[in-house]
Amino acid sequence: MLNVTDDFPVMTYFCLTYKAARKPGGGLPGVSLATFKDAEHIVRLAVASAIVLVIFLLVRAHFIPKSFGQYGHYRGDALAELTAKPIHYAGHQTCEQCHSDVLDVKKMGKHAGVNCEGCHGPQAKHAEDPGAGKPVLPDTKVLCARCHEANLAKPKNFPQVVTADHSGGEACKTCHQPHSPLLAPGEKKKS
Amino acid sequence: MPFDGFMYPNEVELQWSVLIVVYPFLTGLVAGAFILASLERIFHVEAVKPTYRLALLTALSFLLVAPLPLQLHLGRPERSLEMYLTPHTSSAMAMFGFVYLWYLMAVILLEIWLEYRKEIVLLSQSTTGLKRQMYRLLTLGSSNLSEGALKVDDKVGWVVSLIGIPSAFLLHGYVGFIFGSIKANPWWNTPLMPVVFLFSAMVSGIAIVLLIYMATCKLRHIKIDMRCVDTIAQYLLYTFIIDFGLEMLDLIHRIYEADESFHSLNFMMQTKLFFSQVVLQIALGTVVPILTLGFIQIFHVPEKVRKLCYSICGALTIIGIFAMRWNVVIGGQLFSKSFLGYTTYKVDLISREGELIAAGLLLLPFIILAVMVKILPPWPRDEVSAAD
Repeated sequence: MLNVTDDFPVMTYFCLTYKAARKPGGGLPGVSLATFKDAEHIVRLAVASAIVLVIFLLVRAHFIPKSFGQYGHYRGDALAELTAKPIHYAGHQTCEQCHSDVLDVKKMGKHAGVNCEGCHGPQAKHAEDPGAGKPVLPDTKVLCARCHEANLAKPKNFPQVVTADHSGGEACKTCHQPHSPLLAPGEKKKS
Repeated sequence: MPFDGFMYPNEVELQWSVLIVVYPFLTGLVAGAFILASLERIFHVEAVKPTYRLALLTALSFLLVAPLPLQLHLGRPERSLEMYLTPHTSSAMAMFGFVYLWYLMAVILLEIWLEYRKEIVLLSQSTTGLKRQMYRLLTLGSSNLSEGALKVDDKVGWVVSLIGIPSAFLLHGYVGFIFGSIKANPWWNTPLMPVVFLFSAMVSGIAIVLLIYMATCKLRHIKIDMRCVDTIAQYLLYTFIIDFGLEMLDLIHRIYEADESFHSLNFMMQTKLFFSQVVLQIALGTVVPILTLGFIQIFHVPEKVRKLCYSICGALTIIGIFAMRWNVVIGGQLFSKSFLGYTTYKVDLISREGELIAAGLLLLPFIILAVMVKILPPWPRDEVSAAD
């Protein structure tokens, strides 16, 4: 078995003298104590590098969370931490339980696929206690422009307007029914 | 409007700023300077010996600054440690951290230590106070300067240099690889990219060491070793010819292939990149130095004129290589992937990724080099006494 402290200078020496030994007339000189001494600083460097490596491995062991790699290249505990976070969104099915009248208007129009909380914001608190946190009505002249402001990058068949020219700062809901935009406000689609 | 024609929303504003131009520029100087140093060590080009140590210190100074533009660009520098703690092998950028660390620790620092060990031991005995402590620490407790020990230094140093050449190729080839492997961008996506980056790195590294050597001789009132600068200029010319040949090969291939991106890229070269690419990179930064250096090889030119030519060629080369990095990084983001629109890059003066920071990062290696030169003088002993 190799003994690092005893054999390293010998190994280093053999590696270094190999090239010299291959030269014509060259030979592998005897390994003497003087040879060990000549390579001593290299051994010191190797030991110093090994110490740095060990410190790095210790630091690494200390800093890597225990659950890292449990499921993949991330911290396994992160999943439990995320699940423990409070829920902000109620989900459109919850909204529709009480607001079925809005659902009736919405499902006939172009906004059928738009989730309630996409425009009204997260409403989990309101769903838990409808009386406590009444949602504020969104400002349609700001809200609608988020999707419908004209932009060259949007598909041509997507409804879009330059709001400044189209409405002149007027709220969109003055003319459009937000839950089914092709209808006028208050108008109900005939089924 | 900052753009013309059709741009996708995420293309209007450039994601990679001038700092990403500085990063490959600095790593290129490192790799080039090291390869110049290895000319003496491995290939026994004795004429360039006066620049050997200077080239090593230059490589180290630039290498220490090389990751800073990335840190500034990304923010949260403490997170960069993560790539060593939990390395992700599928990320080319994360793996670059290991290439960098290998090059710094196993090549440059080791070679400098072995090369300077004799001086370090002597300085640890002749200096006093804090300086003495610093040199003593660097000796690692061994003050053996016997003939045998110095032979060991020389041989281990030779092995390190030998490993250092492919490592230098890896370091800068890797930077080119990162750009060349971005398949969504036709300006970058070519397998020639790592090779072009590598040769341009060698060109810039040789030029910077040439300039630094001439400047330090001037500052120290030492006569410039003309045999040395003539040889460096010769190698600069040879590498330049290969580099220019490769870039032209890439250009001709693009013109002949004329794929769907060609009109867009061609339009950029004639408009937005005309000054930085055609004027700075190709004409002033490549053709002028090649012609001048070639002229010097063929005709007899007086020493004084040669010195002037080398200074001008060196400076033009550095400007040209910086322009090349600019054209690759910034140029690759100025056109839409739809090939129907072009955006504009306006660099800030004072911001985290602004001109002042970029200039500071380009200046910082020279400050580090000045300190290194004080700690580990790269001049031969007889020159030091002559200067005194």
